[in-house]
Amino acid sequence: MTETRAISLTVNGQPRGATVEMRTTLVDFLREQLRLTGTHVGCEQGVCGACTVLVDGEPVRGCLLLAVQADGARVETVEGLAPDLEHLTPLQAEFVRHHGVQCGFCTGGILMSLTASLRDNPRPTEAEIRDTLAGHLCRCTGYQGMVDAVLALVAAGQPAR
Amino acid sequence: MTAPASRPAAARTPAGGYIGAPIPRREDARLLTGRGTFVDDLEMPGVAHAAMVRSPQAHARVRRIDTEAARALPGVLAIVTAEDIADIQKPWPARMPSPVPGTSVRHGVRHTLPVAKVRHAGEVVAVVVAESRALAEDARDLVEVEYEVLPVVATAAAALAPGASLVYEELGDNIAAHIIQRVGHPERAFASADHTLRETFRVMRGGSHSMEGRAVVARYDEALDSFTVWDATQAPHAIRAMLAYLFDLPEHRVRVIAPPDVGGGLGPKTSFYPEEALVCWLARRLRRPVKWIEDRLEHFMSAAQEREQVHTIEIAFTRDGALLALRDVFTHDVGMYGALIAPVITACTVPGPYRIPNIHSEFRAAYTNLPPTAAVRGAGRPQGVLVMERMMDRMAETLGLDPAEVRFRNLIPADAFPYPVGMVFRDGAPLTYDSGDYPELLRRALEIADYPRARREQAELRAQGRHRGIGVAICVEGVGLGPFEGAILRLDSRGRVVVTSGAPPQGQGYQTAFAQIAADMVGVRFEDVDVVTGDTGAIPYGIGSFASRVTANAGPAIAQAGGELRQKILAVAAHLLEAAAADLEIADGAVHVRGLPDRGVPLAQVARLGNGGVAFGMVMPGGLQVGLEASAYFAPSQAGYSASAHVCILDVDPDTGEVAIVRYVVGHDCGNVINPLIVEGQILGGVAHGLSNALYEEAFYDSEGQNLASSFLDYPLPSAREMPRIEMFHLTTPSPINPLGVKGAGEAGTLPVPAAVAGAVEDALRPFGVRVNRMPLNPARISDLIHRA
Repeated sequence: MTETRAISLTVNGQPRGATVEMRTTLVDFLREQLRLTGTHVGCEQGVCGACTVLVDGEPVRGCLLLAVQADGARVETVEGLAPDLEHLTPLQAEFVRHHGVQCGFCTGGILMSLTASLRDNPRPTEAEIRDTLAGHLCRCTGYQGMVDAVLALVAAGQPAR
Repeated sequence: MTAPASRPAAARTPAGGYIGAPIPRREDARLLTGRGTFVDDLEMPGVAHAAMVRSPQAHARVRRIDTEAARALPGVLAIVTAEDIADIQKPWPARMPSPVPGTSVRHGVRHTLPVAKVRHAGEVVAVVVAESRALAEDARDLVEVEYEVLPVVATAAAALAPGASLVYEELGDNIAAHIIQRVGHPERAFASADHTLRETFRVMRGGSHSMEGRAVVARYDEALDSFTVWDATQAPHAIRAMLAYLFDLPEHRVRVIAPPDVGGGLGPKTSFYPEEALVCWLARRLRRPVKWIEDRLEHFMSAAQEREQVHTIEIAFTRDGALLALRDVFTHDVGMYGALIAPVITACTVPGPYRIPNIHSEFRAAYTNLPPTAAVRGAGRPQGVLVMERMMDRMAETLGLDPAEVRFRNLIPADAFPYPVGMVFRDGAPLTYDSGDYPELLRRALEIADYPRARREQAELRAQGRHRGIGVAICVEGVGLGPFEGAILRLDSRGRVVVTSGAPPQGQGYQTAFAQIAADMVGVRFEDVDVVTGDTGAIPYGIGSFASRVTANAGPAIAQAGGELRQKILAVAAHLLEAAAADLEIADGAVHVRGLPDRGVPLAQVARLGNGGVAFGMVMPGGLQVGLEASAYFAPSQAGYSASAHVCILDVDPDTGEVAIVRYVVGHDCGNVINPLIVEGQILGGVAHGLSNALYEEAFYDSEGQNLASSFLDYPLPSAREMPRIEMFHLTTPSPINPLGVKGAGEAGTLPVPAAVAGAVEDALRPFGVRVNRMPLNPARISDLIHRA
């Protein structure tokens, strides 16, 4: 049950090595061993999307992937988007302007999904934005502020990051 | 690639103030960059992790708990059952008394861990602490509990039936409260009315499902015999009071802190729970911090829920469509424990914006073997709006009138305020509406929805065999409930104003809104104000964030203390500047003589003298008062009353039962608005919660009290794809009951949604003669309604 394995991976551009329990999920590894607590755990059922991180550029549920499965991968979390509070990415800045955040618990995962989606499709329609957001649950905002934030970003012709 | 640093000065209103300006939130940057401060994010060296052993039975005697195998697991630090915590196994104090004179609430006696028997599936019977949560859960699964199963009551109807199994033997039956309120002479009015209508409506249970569940970390300091508790709670002072009582400590030795970031609350985080006491007890026993984080399954099993009611409602009216009388009799499922907040509010929400001279309102609240209840965003109000607005639709149908027209004929006119309904509200004060303009609110909502055109389009579509429906709902919402909230304002050594208030936010942006109020009242820049919330060590008294109450309670307290602090600052500055206080003004972080910007002192210098004197041992000069701080508590004389009018236009596909919302218009009046951006966000979130209740969420319990929908796969919440774009407008009728003229907005969006959707679906399916008497309207239920019609 507590068998361990050594893994090495890149997290937000930094090479990291660690010994993890085989059963440790990627999100628990990121939060507890690397202390990257911006990624949250909302359901542990793969539904809410709060734990979403990018693995080799693609959004994945951090609660459904084991840390050992990320061995050798390139992992990006919400902490990797902006260097500090004063230098937000264009997407983050639009979230502030359009009140896309309330409690903020689900926000990290949402930003990762949107960042990947906007990289692949920089000019989404509102329906496409809502499709991307549909992988996430938010109980505070009704999503409209987030949708408006992305629409504003697209209208300004800006990239997500 | 990043955007350039951009921190322009906060926007002001045209009049030059911050109150009323749509200032983006100062909370956002840390939350967007993954630097939030949720309980589970806090650095807590040496922390041990708790996992709860929960009863799978809804009603059972606990025969035996065998922890031997679990104890043997490496990494397990302790396993604790009711016998071990005898020192804190005191009966929990009675909760809210009945606010209605001559009636009472009957409280069953509860303990932190159940004595003799469990009362719901999910109740904690033991707790395991280990070096990691995973190890604690391994050990939890090895704890063997032997139960003697007892008969279960899983609905209010079952609990109220003769001979029902008792949730609390000492009460003799399962009735938690039976409260009747009467206005006028309803029987006489019913007997002589042109028309009467009678219907039964059912609303199901639901959870809050804040994205962060409950969460608590406790640390015990042996030398000081004191606890520090970080808790994702909506009411830290109430948690402190309970812990101090259970541990027999003075309140100053229990510090409860709701961190600045709590991942949603929505009601259930107002309650005290066994886990909060257990984690503290274990921290003291182990001399280590102990953490417990609720997982989603536990939230489904054990966090407070709400909403289940069955109403039989009757109305009497004239042939012209004037309401004469209302009789609403309902049952409310309390679960195994709960305050009677919701049903009292429901009863008082039913009359709504209408003139109703004769009312009989009656409910029986019943204990059942289901999880405890509290408030979930809306707190009894959505049920009350649903049943009344359904009856208004039925009255329109009976008289062949338009549903909007029937409402206009009965709305309380704008010149009738303050308007006494004649009942007593949940705050113990008369149900008297403070201000409002309901006809204008509904008129504008219909205008924005282009109602006449929508009706024409509906007729055209119906002729083509398509099923479009239009629902209209309007409601009044008691908000801003007391008893009080306080604020301490001070000028710190850096010349910054620090606002401390008791109620903690769960996403409502207090750090921004409180700073707007303080900046205007002290006369400093928004950027020069810091806000501290939710820490019992920082302000002695507080109530909490619920009942859409904080802006209407903390807001006026901040305003009052802000005015006093300003006077103190000017008095000290007057001494330094050798000028009269009346000639001074505060600008750009300094106090100046008006008209002489060069003759000024920085606020930091004012603070040094005002808070520290000239030097150690030297007298205060000029008889100056020491301490640039002011505190105030604001206690409203009664609740305020916000109002909402919603128009929902939707299409129903009778083949699939699917609903597609075409337009959704929200009109809202919460008095003066501190920050429109935040208020609109609150409304949008509330509407989403309401749509979720109207169309998706449904808890299923079988007759044994087992939850049959305990994941987000079985209990769906809407995503961005299901949510329509909401069109919103504000009407402002300032409240006369507090100096800021504010009311409350946190729950408002939720209230009329089930009513508007129910009206629209019934309207869309009128050709089938469908009757909507039960929520939610998921595709299966709509298909069922069509087939039965």
